[in-house]
Amino acid sequence: MDALLGNLPALREGLVVTLQLTLLAFAGAFVVGILVATARVSPVPVLRAAGTFYVETLQNIPLLVLLILAVFGLPEIGVQAELFTTAAMVIALYQAAYVAEALRSGINSVPAGQGEAARAMGLGFTGSLRHVVLPQALGTVVQPLGNIFIMLTMNTSLAAAVGVVELTAAANRVNLIEAQPIPIFVGAGVAYMLLSSVVGFVTGVLERKLAVAR
Amino acid sequence: MSGGRLLFDEPGPRARSRIRVATVVFSLVALGLVALAVRQFAANGQLDAARWQPYATWPMWRYLLNGLWSTVLAAVVSAALAMAGGLGLALGRLSPRRPVRWTSGAYVEIVRTIPALLLVYVVLFALPRYGLDLPLFWKLTVPLSVSNAASFAEIFRAGILSIERGQTEAGLAVGLTRGQTLRAIVLPQAARRVLPSIVSQSVGLLKDTSLGFVVSYAELLYSGKVLANYNHLLIQTYIVVALIYLVVNASLSKLARTLEAR
Repeated sequence: MDALLGNLPALREGLVVTLQLTLLAFAGAFVVGILVATARVSPVPVLRAAGTFYVETLQNIPLLVLLILAVFGLPEIGVQAELFTTAAMVIALYQAAYVAEALRSGINSVPAGQGEAARAMGLGFTGSLRHVVLPQALGTVVQPLGNIFIMLTMNTSLAAAVGVVELTAAANRVNLIEAQPIPIFVGAGVAYMLLSSVVGFVTGVLERKLAVAR
Repeated sequence: MSGGRLLFDEPGPRARSRIRVATVVFSLVALGLVALAVRQFAANGQLDAARWQPYATWPMWRYLLNGLWSTVLAAVVSAALAMAGGLGLALGRLSPRRPVRWTSGAYVEIVRTIPALLLVYVVLFALPRYGLDLPLFWKLTVPLSVSNAASFAEIFRAGILSIERGQTEAGLAVGLTRGQTLRAIVLPQAARRVLPSIVSQSVGLLKDTSLGFVVSYAELLYSGKVLANYNHLLIQTYIVVALIYLVVNASLSKLARTLEAR
């Protein structure tokens, strides 16, 4: 127990990095995910193909491989950024594929009559997507997006494998010094569980708020 | 492409010409991005034939395919363990006995929110302190099985719950016991329904085996690391490794979609 309490500052720093990584990556994944999902339902065949290609590629390559490619590979072709930034961007781009899939199934769950009605009133592709279909789709995708958020939170731990000192890496470092694995790893595990339960709670509230009565 | 038509009608002449313009514009953007990437590779000498030549030789592929074989082995063993555990947990969560229900529920809820890497670190650095030093292969497969068992449990539970209650009632009515009804009537139907989810969860598990990189178990990614350290063709090696993962997982995902369509 002392090993845990004595090293709280180090673990807290790790937790802060995990939080930053999670929030930044989710924000990025959300924006890119909306763009990719839009591309996948657009009338332009090239865009649809590009969206499918993006989702298929990123969903089928392990995140760790992408992280390693970006962190160790990109400098070799003269693209260099800070480690934290690189990790956040890679995680964002990876999860964007999942966000795009969740949004697309949300869009598909909106009854076809809604889109037809929007077009009958003279709204174009963007207009009907933005004002009619997406607001209704968002209500049904809150739960899947929450699951992606939790998955993303856990995936930020992979940044530890390329050298970002977030919660998992911090716990590991503290353990290497203190050699008290049980309290330290349990502490880190509890922190992850708390994060996920906060996300679960927030999605529950959001889902009730955004629900569309039909 | 279900719902592909949701947001637009059959395009008329004006819409068609606009689509053509958009096609040209976006194709040019895509070509520009590719050109930029190629320029970046060429400017840093990463396109030299000598840096890619090794990947056209058999010994290189034999080495990487060996890695892939270890990946598959680890994935299959963890999948088998995780599915067995997951089935037990799913049945536990549906059991009429409260302690069983609670412990399986607690396991699933807790493990589902703990990163696999943290479990790997526990097996790597915590267990040896208590005298449990697993062989390399199990250092990777045990944490993966523990964490994926929770996900499989949720898949199985959803499948079992999706079977109409009448099926169980009919089984009981013809005189089968609860266990027999479950085995002969509910589980076979549930298994068929959850097959696509099981395949996609297995793709996730196969991706998770890349944690062998951390464990130094010689699966595909770790083999790539060793290779890159040896021949200094870092970006080339990891690109080839990524492509192998892509081909294997994309085929599995396609299988999942085919199963779903049936």
